[in-house]
Amino acid sequence: MGEHDGQSLIQARGLVKRFGELTAVDAIDFDLRRGEAFGFLGPNGAGKTSTMRMIGCVSPITDGTLRVFGLDPMRDGVKIRSRLGVVPQLDTLDMELTVRENIVIYGRYFGIPRSELGKRADELLEFVQLDERANDRVEPLSGGMKRRLTIARSLVNDPEVMLLDEPTTGLDPQARHVVWDRLYRLKQSGVTLLLTTHYMDEAEQLCDRLVVMDKGKIVAEGSPLELIDRYSTREVVELRFGESRPDDLNYWTDGKVARIEALPDRVLLYTDDGDAAAHMLHERGLAPESVLVRRSTLEDVFLHLTGRSLIE
Amino acid sequence: MSTVALALRPLEFFFAQYRRVWRGTVISSVVTPVVYLLALGVGLGKFVRQDLVYNGESFDYLDVVAPALLAATAMQVASFEASWPVLSAIKWSRQYHAMLAAPLRVKDLLVGHQAFIALRILSTVTVYLAVIAAFGAVKSPLAILAIPAAGLVGVAFAAPIAAWGAYTESDASFVAIFRFLILPMFLFSGTFFPVSQLPAPFEAVAYATPLWHGVDLCRQLTLGEVVVPSAIAHVVFLAAWIVASLTLAVISYRRKLVL
Ligand SMILES: Nc1ncnc2c1ncn2[C@@H]1O[C@H](COP(=O)(O)OP(=O)(O)OP(=O)(O)O)[C@@H](O)[C@H]1O
Ligand SMILES: [Mg+2]
Repeated sequence: MGEHDGQSLIQARGLVKRFGELTAVDAIDFDLRRGEAFGFLGPNGAGKTSTMRMIGCVSPITDGTLRVFGLDPMRDGVKIRSRLGVVPQLDTLDMELTVRENIVIYGRYFGIPRSELGKRADELLEFVQLDERANDRVEPLSGGMKRRLTIARSLVNDPEVMLLDEPTTGLDPQARHVVWDRLYRLKQSGVTLLLTTHYMDEAEQLCDRLVVMDKGKIVAEGSPLELIDRYSTREVVELRFGESRPDDLNYWTDGKVARIEALPDRVLLYTDDGDAAAHMLHERGLAPESVLVRRSTLEDVFLHLTGRSLIE
Repeated sequence: MSTVALALRPLEFFFAQYRRVWRGTVISSVVTPVVYLLALGVGLGKFVRQDLVYNGESFDYLDVVAPALLAATAMQVASFEASWPVLSAIKWSRQYHAMLAAPLRVKDLLVGHQAFIALRILSTVTVYLAVIAAFGAVKSPLAILAIPAAGLVGVAFAAPIAAWGAYTESDASFVAIFRFLILPMFLFSGTFFPVSQLPAPFEAVAYATPLWHGVDLCRQLTLGEVVVPSAIAHVVFLAAWIVASLTLAVISYRRKLVL
């Protein structure tokens, strides 16, 4: 950890983005501190990409203030972008060029001399485990490989801050773990991470701090544990019933659980001791089709805050 | 940094991309002029009066049509290079978006892309001019200036078509542009017969097209019959057209890329 830890790299106050009538980002405040991994967690259309694009200086802000490295994105876009590493939601790789060429050409956009880029590309490809595919065309690579290449490419300018817009959406679990591992190492090496996701496990794995976004607004902020602590209980009992779901769950639980959430396909009981609650229901003769006791996750936080699931 | 310096960066991408297709373009840039000059210059030329008078001198049909084909080729290469590739850089390969994540501005990538197209045009028309010379239709050393002149013609098409390519949502309109704008210009802008043959209103329209100015300019140069005021007027027209189109293109690019 360096001496600059905690210094604010990005600062948003009352940040608004409107597209015509639609308010995509609705007066949000946040601070990104040096060295942390900060997440925007929210469902489709929450305004995550709109926020990232304003920070990336490719989308003018509608209202409020935004400072990136203390600079104004509308005036100093070029300076800011030279210090950012951007992993956009949609890949912008050239499918016909080789893996290595994609990195070299992208490095040239930053004005890095070709003589340096050869070595740099090799290092980056090794870092994301694509060195063996260096001279292959991008097109036939798997989704996970393309994502890793986009990440490698975004590191070509040694960025201080990485903007990662849904870095692992669409990847299989194994590919996601590889990406998480690389991002974790980047964080360890001092790179500040700003990422969006609609996977709560991703947010829990990677983020020191996160905001939950819904319909353009920030509805909660804190570390994953803090949020779970504040908005949920330690454990959750998931009950699934077949045809015969009891209507009066309050009766069965007898006020012994903190909260009951009845979803279309299951019922969630929020309690600090899941096993005890499950046991009690069993004692009282309630026989659901299945009972699962698990730890509370950010999904539960989101459900509590918005009344909706994160991934519909 | 200046736009010129920054535009060199996107230019490198377009060259890297071009490396994949250059063989095909080299073959077509040699074969196309040979075919056109044989068919229209030599073949059709046999049926056309042989003592065409241009600026008081008489020339073969081949001599008169060759510079027009040169200018028209610049138009065609430019129009193709500024249509699908621009839409692709926005929508499909999304390479403009990659450039904008780097410290480049919208005008840098526009200028870089236009510079690439200009270089494609210059190399194509250089080959074309060499083929024209081989057919014996170059009448003056001034013909060498037809290369930059055709370059101007090309950019005069590349810039407005790029503006449209950034504006449109799909490539459907490109076919219409080629069929209803480029093809009629190719046929009626003084390329194969003087525009004075056209009905008066159409003649006026022809004078307003960049191709007519380019054709007449290239013709003056390859025939060595330069009328200085008229040549200057052509260059000024093309330059003004390019400046206006590039301004439009920057607006169109911004509207699509920065929102
Ligand atoms: N260019 C645009 N023009 C009009 N509306 C837009 C534009 N970009 C985004 N929006 C709208 O703004 C809202 C927020 O979109 P945004 O892409 O920021 O959400 P998101 O949180 O990134 O969603 P996802 O998880 O689906 O990527 C959506 O309603 C979207 O339709
Ligand atoms: Mg998004």
